[in-house]
Amino acid sequence: MLSLSELTVKKEGFSALVMGNHALARAMAEAGTMVITSYPGSPTPEIAEALQAPPEAARAYRFEFAVNEKVALEIAAGAAVNGHPAAVFFKSVGLNVAADSLIQLPLMELAGGLVVILGDDPGANSSQNEQDNRWFARMGYFPVFEPASPAEVYVMYKEAAARARELRAPVLLRLTTHVCHAREKVNFGPLPTAAPDWTPRFDAKAGPYVPITSAVFPLKKRALEKLDRWAAYVEKTPLNAVHNAAAGGRRLGAISAGLPALCLLEAVRTAGAQVDVLKLGLSYPLPAGLITEFLRSHDEVYVLEELDRVMETEVKALAYDRGLACRLHARRDHHELMGETSPERARAALNEVWPEQFPAPVKRAAVLPAARLPQMCPGCGHRSAFHAIKAALPPGAITVGDIGCHSLGFLPPYNMGEILLSMGHSVSTAAGLALGNAARKVVAFVGDSTFFHAGLPGVVNAAARDSDITLVLLDNGTTAMTGHQPRPGNGELGERLSLPEVLKSLGVKFLRECDAYEQGKLAGFMKEAMEHKGFAVVIARHPCMLKFMRDRRHAGAAVKTQHVEVDQGKCARHYTCAADFACPSFIRHPDGSVTVNPELCIGDGSCIQTCPAKAIGRGK
Amino acid sequence: MSSFNVYICGVGGQGVGLLAAALAQAADRAGLKVISCDTHGLAQRGGVVSSHVRMGEDALTPLVPEGGADLVLALERLEALRGAAQYLKKGGKVFYYDTAYQPVSVRRAEAAYPSVEDVEKAVKELGGTAAPVRAAVRDPRMQNAALLGRLAAEGAVPGLAAGVMEEILREIAPAASLEENLAIFRAAAKP
Repeated sequence: MLSLSELTVKKEGFSALVMGNHALARAMAEAGTMVITSYPGSPTPEIAEALQAPPEAARAYRFEFAVNEKVALEIAAGAAVNGHPAAVFFKSVGLNVAADSLIQLPLMELAGGLVVILGDDPGANSSQNEQDNRWFARMGYFPVFEPASPAEVYVMYKEAAARARELRAPVLLRLTTHVCHAREKVNFGPLPTAAPDWTPRFDAKAGPYVPITSAVFPLKKRALEKLDRWAAYVEKTPLNAVHNAAAGGRRLGAISAGLPALCLLEAVRTAGAQVDVLKLGLSYPLPAGLITEFLRSHDEVYVLEELDRVMETEVKALAYDRGLACRLHARRDHHELMGETSPERARAALNEVWPEQFPAPVKRAAVLPAARLPQMCPGCGHRSAFHAIKAALPPGAITVGDIGCHSLGFLPPYNMGEILLSMGHSVSTAAGLALGNAARKVVAFVGDSTFFHAGLPGVVNAAARDSDITLVLLDNGTTAMTGHQPRPGNGELGERLSLPEVLKSLGVKFLRECDAYEQGKLAGFMKEAMEHKGFAVVIARHPCMLKFMRDRRHAGAAVKTQHVEVDQGKCARHYTCAADFACPSFIRHPDGSVTVNPELCIGDGSCIQTCPAKAIGRGK
Repeated sequence: MSSFNVYICGVGGQGVGLLAAALAQAADRAGLKVISCDTHGLAQRGGVVSSHVRMGEDALTPLVPEGGADLVLALERLEALRGAAQYLKKGGKVFYYDTAYQPVSVRRAEAAYPSVEDVEKAVKELGGTAAPVRAAVRDPRMQNAALLGRLAAEGAVPGLAAGVMEEILREIAPAASLEENLAIFRAAAKP
């Protein structure tokens, strides 16, 4: 089996069963993409995993994680204006962070071409919303490629990169969660034989590159003309194709793009339905000629898409403009605008309009067992911090969460961090909650990676205004949620930065720091911080124990884990360990007793201090 | 229209993705057309994790439909019950590694944890069969090998021979624990 470290450096072509994210990494290498950047976020981190697998010396490309999506995008854009083929990838909501610079790119001559890869998340599998980033293409004049499977990711990236370079333009490659994470056999080609040309080719005369006042209009005109060239291209590319199944009689058709199009095809085949499918790989600009012809040759057409009514609106406008008599159908209610499309959902939607072609959905009445909510790992410093802080909070305190593993604190039994907007929002949202509020204490949480990502401006603002809030900086030294990517200053990336020094230099006057396992000390610091009038910061640090244990295992260290044990003679059945501290390692038996699951306990011992009966101790 | 659908589930950190990758690679090696998918994200932190593996020419999309799994594989008992309730097809089979990780609600005495008999009964009501798998393993991450071994011995996936599965296990297992994993894989053949 091919090892991941060969994927982007193996010179000859080969076939392998790979996930979409890995197929993309190979496509980047084959396309001769020279600069690739990212900020980690599901569903895209495995792209980086593949790009980073071979040693740096063996790679023909440079890959960098940046401090946030905007910085990542700007690095890629800088490379592209210098003539170097570039790509950047991040999750759906990462686009919001990058948007300020991203929106400018179609105005620029990007000599190397730039592919912006979006990991959209219909179904909100790992995001705070399921925003439909196809809208952004309309706002910024970007073409959109929408692959439906790993094999299509591979083909479409290469095509997108080649056309981007030819048009000296940016392109959006929109992936969705189950395209990124799907696995199938892909036939790969060879790597380019020529070495990358790193000559810096930035030429101010190729611009202008400064879109100020009157310069904006020629730039906008050029961007619109490029979009016209894309509009011609989408009519003839084989990525947009009709799959015929209709017979005589009433001619039925459906239009779709990306994974929903495959769901539609599967639904048509399973039902043996006589419906032609126009599957779009390049969904914007819409191929007006192709669609007009499809509408002309069918009596009824269903526009099946996922999330918002983007294509539907445009297809209807087109039908109106051309005076077409084809009857158009689309999804009917709000429920259908939410969540992922599946072959079953496609079939249910089509059953509503063509019941003779598609069987009605069968409701499955299954009784589900107890829910299993995500939770922090055994030994997690966040659990210890939340347990201590919860005890220190006065009644009525408002806690503001942020993005990262500690977001899970809002779940029972902690219920900490009860409002969440976006990366790094917590400090400023808390500052707003504290305005004119003398009655309720306001506490914000932020993780160390998010602090650098987008938390810094909020901290600078809160320090300058001396906002009357307490910020708890939960420092685990890594970007844990997305798989332990390095963050600036953690020692893996650049010089090690001291968080207290950074905070002091930003003007933070009240500052305390301890290990998150020191629960008594942390609770004391919290009380002091909340009594302090003005901005107070408490750092609760503890390394991510998932990473710590993994690193220790990989280093081959022969350390015997010393699990904790519950002394059954002392246990007074308070259940603080199992229910309130709530480490997953504790087992509460039907007879009321509590024991420790040695499969889960990592021997960290952060629970020992939580037992009122002092019944928890280290095993022999 | 036919495909063979496998739904694989467990708790974050158990190696559900690895088990799915092994099964998909083995199916590919055996010459079957395969499409699979992992679903995770937030769930990787102690929540429910699942993977889908579909074999056969007619599977165009990676997710197994609800009520459409010929086979449900679980690495944990409660998740075996959940996986079967959502995905098992009438006449389908459930194999699960019999270990118990209590969710918070059980530890807070707000919900009950199922027994082996509860799982057997519920799966029977769905029209399927359930088989718990147990093994003497030093490291819980080797429970995967036991489940794979039982699957191979039972010939639970049509067209997938035990030899191919063992071949893939040899390529996937870390060198340091390869012999141990192989021993568990082979021992699991005997219930």
